[in-house]
Amino acid sequence: MMVATALAIARLRNLFAVVVLGSLYSFLMATVLVVLDAVDVAMTEASVGAGISTVLLLGTLYLTKSEEAQPTHRPLLPLLVALVTGGLLVYGMLGLPEFGEADSVIHRHVVPRYLEQGVTETGVPNIVTAVLASYRGYDTLGETTVIFTAGVGVILLLRRWRRDATGKDDDAEGGRP
Amino acid sequence: MRSQVVLRVVAKLLIPFILVFALYVQFHGDYGPGGGFQAGVIIAAAVIFYALIFGLPTAKRLVPEWLVETMVALGVLIYAGVGVEGLLLGGNFLDYFVLSHNPVSGQHIGIFLVEVGVCITVSGVMLMIFYLFAGRKRGWHSER
Repeated sequence: MMVATALAIARLRNLFAVVVLGSLYSFLMATVLVVLDAVDVAMTEASVGAGISTVLLLGTLYLTKSEEAQPTHRPLLPLLVALVTGGLLVYGMLGLPEFGEADSVIHRHVVPRYLEQGVTETGVPNIVTAVLASYRGYDTLGETTVIFTAGVGVILLLRRWRRDATGKDDDAEGGRP
Repeated sequence: MRSQVVLRVVAKLLIPFILVFALYVQFHGDYGPGGGFQAGVIIAAAVIFYALIFGLPTAKRLVPEWLVETMVALGVLIYAGVGVEGLLLGGNFLDYFVLSHNPVSGQHIGIFLVEVGVCITVSGVMLMIFYLFAGRKRGWHSER
């Protein structure tokens, strides 16, 4: 189903349908994450990927055209690059340990300590929250700062543009050809 | 969309539950799935829903733009402030054990405050982006 959705997104020229299909893809991804027992990530995917970003993309569509322009060149070279990159990724995946294997490298470093002593040290039963907010507090602070920076960037870019536009609208409305 | 009675009634029914669910996700994040990020997104989604149904000006009266701007910065300040608080109390940066006499309850306080900070920043940024995008007029090509 996800492959079908991705193919449809690539084939369609109507951007409204593409946005809706993108939302569908996010929901399918969230389902996969639930199956993998990553409920926190699934929740984020469903709310951000399927919810907020769909609304934002629809808002952008309202500002622009809703039909994708025809490509001016043949898509052979990009297709080749994508295939080679995908092939390399699959080849690299073959070297990964089995899914859920208990004694792979990443599960022997700090994970046992977090799992065994996390509850007694932090008193928080949800180990995801404990790692996110306590053990990896620096990382989460960085992520929050990234989000903050994104917000400030959007404010800086769009706010000034809008103020200029409204100012021009008031002054030069009649003078525009 | 103001004239759609069904949409308005459904929105009025749903939005309180969405907000309560966001608070649940926020404060139950210690025990179940969820946390600050998800709660912030859900709060923002509730306000965006409100703005879609009742119009952007109404939503901006409810949640004014200056408040959203303040939220963007306030969340990061709360988060970093927890870290500095740990420093002042003699621990390391973002060390929650010193926040209370009991290390475990100190962890609780620290995680709680940090999640609140994340929630405030995330919902502020999401709302700000939506406000700025939705507040713009149509582009040049539609004026021709």
